[in-house]
Amino acid sequence: MQDIHIVDIRKLTDVIRAKYGFDFTNYAISSFKRRVIRILELYKFSNIDALAQKISNDPKFFEEFVSEITVNVTEMFRDPSFWRIMRDNIIPNILLNHKRITIWHAGCSSGEEVYSMAILLKEMGILENSKIIATDIDEQILERARNGVYTVKNMELNEKNYVRYNGENELNKYFEVKNGLAYMDKSLVRDVSYRKHDLVNGAVFNKFDIVLCRNVMIYFNQNLQNDVLKKLHESVFKYGYLAIGSKESLIWCDIANKFIVANNDEKIYKNIKE
Amino acid sequence: MKFPELNNSFKAIVIGGSAGSFQGITRILSHVPNDFPIPIIMCLHRLKHVRNGFIEALSIKSIKEVIEPYDKESIKRGKVYLAPANYHLSIELGMYFSLSTEEMVNNSRPAIDITLSTASFTYKNKLIGILLSGANKDGALGMKKIKENGGLTIVQNPADCMIDTMPISALNATNIDHTLDIDDIIKLLAEIHKLYK
Repeated sequence: MQDIHIVDIRKLTDVIRAKYGFDFTNYAISSFKRRVIRILELYKFSNIDALAQKISNDPKFFEEFVSEITVNVTEMFRDPSFWRIMRDNIIPNILLNHKRITIWHAGCSSGEEVYSMAILLKEMGILENSKIIATDIDEQILERARNGVYTVKNMELNEKNYVRYNGENELNKYFEVKNGLAYMDKSLVRDVSYRKHDLVNGAVFNKFDIVLCRNVMIYFNQNLQNDVLKKLHESVFKYGYLAIGSKESLIWCDIANKFIVANNDEKIYKNIKE
Repeated sequence: MKFPELNNSFKAIVIGGSAGSFQGITRILSHVPNDFPIPIIMCLHRLKHVRNGFIEALSIKSIKEVIEPYDKESIKRGKVYLAPANYHLSIELGMYFSLSTEEMVNNSRPAIDITLSTASFTYKNKLIGILLSGANKDGALGMKKIKENGGLTIVQNPADCMIDTMPISALNATNIDHTLDIDDIIKLLAEIHKLYK
């Protein structure tokens, strides 16, 4: 593994910002650096300048770059206890006040979390009364999310998570294996809207009962986390919920006092101030 | 056992361990006193989908509290940290942690190579790296980085290990400064404790 300097990273992020308007300047440096090194090795670039030049001259390649630079490792029912709390506390709480429920998966990656939510809602009998929006910066990964096709190896892990979640069925009720791949039951996500959206530059576009943004902001530095959290706060209805990753925290951020902790272990926060 | 290269300029200790390291780690932690002067950052292979329990098990024998840091948490003097389950743990230049869910490295998340390499990048020659028992080669590359950046490198004596693949891989990857039994690692930490008084 070669090493690259932070000045090189800056050069690269400057080129991208100037040419495409995407701003990676405030991404967390060590994971971003690892991603860049990975791309250098994957595409056999001799140095950062060669990569920067290719990005600058080839918009198609830039799309691939975005896909490789963003981390797309995810699981269905990651942190099963989180999903139990969603099912047993958070969603029933919302349903006390209204019948319909709106959910935004911010940074949905390959869509496993969307399927988890759809299965949860289906088993609660309220999938028809729910509206899910799933967004990601990466067009290619959104395509994978829409397709809902996963490797059998990943499904084994997902099934284990689902068992720990105490789902009503067997997870394999919701997919079919053909040619060594698992095809999810598309009727689960019939009403899901998958859209390209950049959390960093994108505007607030709606308000939701629940916003999930788990293990997304860990790739941002604290300044950027602070900015993004302001937007996420504006995207949650008063008395709605924001869920972040179990090892993320709101306490450093400007909007901390606008939320109360609904569940500390699972990092679910309730919006109490507009 | 004397360690002539020790002095009070070291800023952090990183410890990597895998299969067969649990006993060694708990013995080490049972000897790290409350006023130990520099942070100890541990990256241990652990069950990916069991979030709780491991820290409690380590804490039983540990004098100091063991902390699983949050993303972007500042690294404080004398605290003992443990990489959380199913996240890679990096050390950033501003002396804080960051977490990531990137692909597994050496079939591991957390990967010892990531914690050791990023710690080495941040602390340079002010870092002590310790690699314990384990069944794969994770950590070897990280130890090599620490050595290249002028830090002090220590592996558990293969003969003292339950599974010696990990320290042997590090010994093959770079010129390790010391090969020590757990008892001598404990003495080294006691020596550091004295030097900062």
